[in-house]
Amino acid sequence: MHPAYSVIFFTTASGAGYGLIAVLTLFGVLGGVPLDPWLGAVGLGLGALLVTGGLLSSTAHLGHPERAWRAYSQWKSSWLSREGVLATATYVPLVLTAWGWIVEGSLSGTWCMFAVALALLCLLTVYATGMIYATLRTISAWHNKRTVPVYLAFALLTGAMWLHALTHMFGYQTPMQGAIVAVGLLLVLFLKRSYWRIIDNTPGPATPESATGLGDIGKVRLLDNPTITKTFVQREMGYAIARKHAQKLRRLAFLTYCVIPFALTILTSDAEQWIAIPGTLIAAISVSVGAVVERWLFFAEAKHVSMLYYGAESA
Amino acid sequence: MTLLPPRKEDGHEVKLGLVIDLDTCVGCHACAVNCKEWNTGGHSAPLPDNDPYGSDPNGVWFNRIHTFEAGLGSDSRTVHFPRSCLHCEEAACVTVCPTGASFKREEDGIVLVNEDACIGCKLCSWACPYGAREYDEDAGVMKKCTLCIDRIYNDNLPEDDRVPACVSTCPASARHFGDLGDPNSDVSRLVAERGGNELMPEMGYKPVNHYLPPRAPKKAQGDHGVGASLPWVTGDTAADTAGSGKFLRWVDRVLSR
Repeated sequence: MHPAYSVIFFTTASGAGYGLIAVLTLFGVLGGVPLDPWLGAVGLGLGALLVTGGLLSSTAHLGHPERAWRAYSQWKSSWLSREGVLATATYVPLVLTAWGWIVEGSLSGTWCMFAVALALLCLLTVYATGMIYATLRTISAWHNKRTVPVYLAFALLTGAMWLHALTHMFGYQTPMQGAIVAVGLLLVLFLKRSYWRIIDNTPGPATPESATGLGDIGKVRLLDNPTITKTFVQREMGYAIARKHAQKLRRLAFLTYCVIPFALTILTSDAEQWIAIPGTLIAAISVSVGAVVERWLFFAEAKHVSMLYYGAESA
Repeated sequence: MTLLPPRKEDGHEVKLGLVIDLDTCVGCHACAVNCKEWNTGGHSAPLPDNDPYGSDPNGVWFNRIHTFEAGLGSDSRTVHFPRSCLHCEEAACVTVCPTGASFKREEDGIVLVNEDACIGCKLCSWACPYGAREYDEDAGVMKKCTLCIDRIYNDNLPEDDRVPACVSTCPASARHFGDLGDPNSDVSRLVAERGGNELMPEMGYKPVNHYLPPRAPKKAQGDHGVGASLPWVTGDTAADTAGSGKFLRWVDRVLSR
């Protein structure tokens, strides 16, 4: 599949934003961080910025961004529509929670309800994003039981890493935060390795023989394409540049989203502020870069079943 | 609404579609050309061409003709394979649409795009297993085969011409149009007689269009046609010497021992 930069930026940035808001809000409710209005303002503000920037960037790949409001209408059948509805709905408890935290200095009672609703809506929005891909049976790499968990885990991990850097800056770090980040890293490591194992070992849903109905005659191969230059379908679904570098890119992603941040989290766990602040910041940046590489591979490695008509032996 | 239309309770659903005969298709691309010609002035007009005279010409076409080889060696067949929207009963391109621009008509099963509501997210093209939808970069909307909705119901055309452009133009009569929901229609009978099949039936999209597989080849030389009567095929040696004199027939018999 062609990796559209706007969609990669959208899914990683908004994922990090929703993750950050969800983790920060839950920490605030459970007393994991003090309700310092500045921490609330910077944390929720950064989250809102990442989410809003991502959402705006996702409209950049639309042919008619000015009609994007129409996407709220088909929530009964379309996960893309549901994602739009949930993403917009999230802003309501976001504003209310920010008010409670920053102005009222409280996340208990009614404010607690808004905060929990906010965290839930953040996770539901990321869930809907994952489901857009996971429900496409035409792309077997995405129609995979690990797709949605990986989306959720990356959102929570990148969010938690950014929160980890923020709490160090504000001096509110606790060993619990470090432990949660480390567990998050191991969870993503496990889920993504499992995702790759599945896509490497799962045969495609159809064959050139079933795609043409000519299997009774024998093995089917393409003799001639319809055109000498590439059609829309070939350019959109037949992107193959990354596949030959897939193993290298997987190692690069693994290094940036797992090895480097894990080492930095361990190293900074007991360190002085002047080491811990840049250390956790670099870890957050590294995880974010890793998420972008991972998301790029998610698109570039995915094969579309329609390519069987264009000479693919499997899809 | 991008929900698929409800199933009719009496089971009599009109499913307009095509039946494509892979035995007779000669791969001339006339269907694709006439489709382009009609539709660039029809319901989805225009069908743009980008860089038409340059090094990377590409554009929106609703019909694409592939050529496959099936089987190996002397048993292989070269099969020309026209591919267009199959107007699936379980059209995933419709249900994924976030705006309701993509829809399936209740009255005849035709899958269409409302270009005024399409936001150009391309998700429908990702959901289509058959690669049937093509994006119009100029208009920023998705386009697709309409089954020539502006021909088949067009009272201004003579009745014979009220078929999709690809069907009317096929010089080999390899394309047939009709109601595949009616088991007694010509196209349904054709599918039944010739063992017509769905493409990728295992994926469950239930395409309405069907393909008729190539007929079994005549294996041996001279199974049919003029060759069938040639003496070295029939093994009738008497025919070799027909019209010869007595002496030559005797020589032939002696030498044949």
